[in-house]
Amino acid sequence: MPKLIELVEGQAHWAEDAFVFVADEDAIPESGDVILSLARFQVEGDALLSSNSRRVGVRIEPDQEVEALAYDLPRLAVVALAFPKYRDGRAYTSARLLRERFGYQGQVRAVGDVLREQAGFMVRCGFDAFEPADGATPEAWSQAASRFRHVYQRAADARAVAFEERAF
Amino acid sequence: MYQYDLIDKEFLADRSAEFRGQVARRLAGELTEDQFKPLRLMNGLYLQLHAYMLRVAIPYGSLNPTQARRLAQIARDYDKGYGHFTTRQNIQFNWIKLKDAPEILDKLAEVDLHAIQTSGNCIRNTTSDPYAGATAEEVDDPRVWCEVIRQWSTLHPEFSFLPRKFKIAITASAKDRTAAKVHDIGLLLRKGRDGQLGFEVIVGGGQGRTPYVGPTIKQFLPTDRLLSYLEAVLRVYNRHGRRDNIYKARIKILVAALGAEEFARQVEEEWSKIDAARADLPAAELARIRAAFATTPFETLPARSEAFETAKAHDPAFARFVRNNVRAHKQPGYAIVEISLKAQEQTPGDASADQLEVVADLAERYGFSDLRVTHAQNLVLPHIKLDDLPTVFAALQAANLATPNIDLVSDIIACPGLDYCALANARAIPIAQDIARQFADLDRAERVGELKIKISGCINACGHHHVAHIGILGVDKKGEEFYQLSLGGSGAEDASIGKILGPALPADKVATAVDQLVGAYLAVRADGERFLDTYRRVGLEPFKEAVYAQAD
Repeated sequence: MPKLIELVEGQAHWAEDAFVFVADEDAIPESGDVILSLARFQVEGDALLSSNSRRVGVRIEPDQEVEALAYDLPRLAVVALAFPKYRDGRAYTSARLLRERFGYQGQVRAVGDVLREQAGFMVRCGFDAFEPADGATPEAWSQAASRFRHVYQRAADARAVAFEERAF
Repeated sequence: MYQYDLIDKEFLADRSAEFRGQVARRLAGELTEDQFKPLRLMNGLYLQLHAYMLRVAIPYGSLNPTQARRLAQIARDYDKGYGHFTTRQNIQFNWIKLKDAPEILDKLAEVDLHAIQTSGNCIRNTTSDPYAGATAEEVDDPRVWCEVIRQWSTLHPEFSFLPRKFKIAITASAKDRTAAKVHDIGLLLRKGRDGQLGFEVIVGGGQGRTPYVGPTIKQFLPTDRLLSYLEAVLRVYNRHGRRDNIYKARIKILVAALGAEEFARQVEEEWSKIDAARADLPAAELARIRAAFATTPFETLPARSEAFETAKAHDPAFARFVRNNVRAHKQPGYAIVEISLKAQEQTPGDASADQLEVVADLAERYGFSDLRVTHAQNLVLPHIKLDDLPTVFAALQAANLATPNIDLVSDIIACPGLDYCALANARAIPIAQDIARQFADLDRAERVGELKIKISGCINACGHHHVAHIGILGVDKKGEEFYQLSLGGSGAEDASIGKILGPALPADKVATAVDQLVGAYLAVRADGERFLDTYRRVGLEPFKEAVYAQAD
């Protein structure tokens, strides 16, 4: 069971993970918050959500487009974006689109090959929860995410970019 | 020239500190080589055949004397006394010890240099015209836009893990000195009918295993929309570029698979959804960057210099240097001076620490502290007074830097090849030296005229052989080095991919074959025709005949 780091007001800390990822071949448990694959969510998501008794999240693989969730986003507590390999950078685009294009307010979680070296990029793209695969602690995560005092380009976060700092 | 402010400097210091920590973790055994590899690559540190190689970025090929002297110092203190300039206007040090790397990065950061994004699947250093700010041909200063892209692309949170590396070139002159059409993105600055500036956007050019001249996907992009448009191109590529096969992962493969029109449509669609107010650069920041490049305090001088004319009339060596290495400047009384790093018996693109210091001094004393690196692996002093040219020439001569062969047959582009590179099949440097020796007679080389020879030690094509007038590709045949020749390529405004001449030749036959090709050209060339023009007129056959006839 990977540990979960959550970002709350810029601070990383350990969090109790209320969600269970249910593999496609497994039965959905009687109760409790669940994360489903996109395919399964598209079949069973409505029924689960209308029961109103639990929170639902969806796991998006890099070759799946977050646009598929556009109409469901207000009802989703978590969108988990998968990194099958840390080198696969498609989830960064997915995260930015969720935050900037669809205004998604729920949790955007990084799962898979998640290493502290990616922390800065992930936070800037709008991820706010992480299942680190390298044993990183919240302290290590925060340190990695805030290593650079300046950033050069606008992204999904609220940081002032270099040209805004210069304007003052 | 653009000066780094506190923000830029603190950014480099943070980067250096980060890498120091990573190297410490590696040396302490907390990271395996496998885990460390991507981290060192993000800082331009490769493991080559014999040692670590550090690739230092020279943003858009522009250096000041302080930076050049620091590169010289690093060559002397941490390498074997020289550095190697690459076809992307960077410099490589070939004999680096891992434990020294953090200290080197600190020393680079002190003079606003770094190795960020000189490797890895990210947006690399932008290639630019080495004559920027000096040539009358340009419609705008391309360095302004290179600097805009440098900042935008530096540790870009969305585009640092692309399917593959990503290279952008910008030129603002009709004559292309950046190989823009064989970059992932080539941006050609144009003046529209109403006088507005815009970019012709070329996407999906490239070399390597599958060379392409890139198609134009947008005829005229208003300059103030550059960053949002780049974001759209990169986003389409990041989402849809292939990641299953490293050899099919460059954007050129995606553009070719979709077709330029469909790719352009997808980019337009994405572009229309981007919030321009957030994505495009504010006008005030653009103005700040632009102002930083418009500061060369030229003097008002007569177009004609007596000192220059006298020297030209009396010193044939100076006259030859002027014919081949000196180009017209936009400002009367000034000239652009090319410094060849292709002297006889030299490794193409290598400069010693002493030579770097000589050039730094000349730039400081005579050239507004401005120094450039070219994609042809030479250096440029972009602003030299005609009055000072004889003095500058004498100083270059004394440092073995006055070889008068720019764009001639011995001005050869070559990758490091099997002498250094872990990927190479064959050596490139000795072949370049053989050919240069064959054409050591400068009168003959001048009679032959413009002839661009480019040598790659393997199919990755770092030596640009696909876009050479005569391209030479090293291949491995049962453990022996062979060389495949191709003709008719060009990386310039008339870009094209060369065609293979015939069966590969052993190393000792290559220089002779080049000689035979030149002989065939001289036999049929029309007045004023370059080698490339003659080839395009007469085709492959006479050249094939010249090289292979005797063997049959």
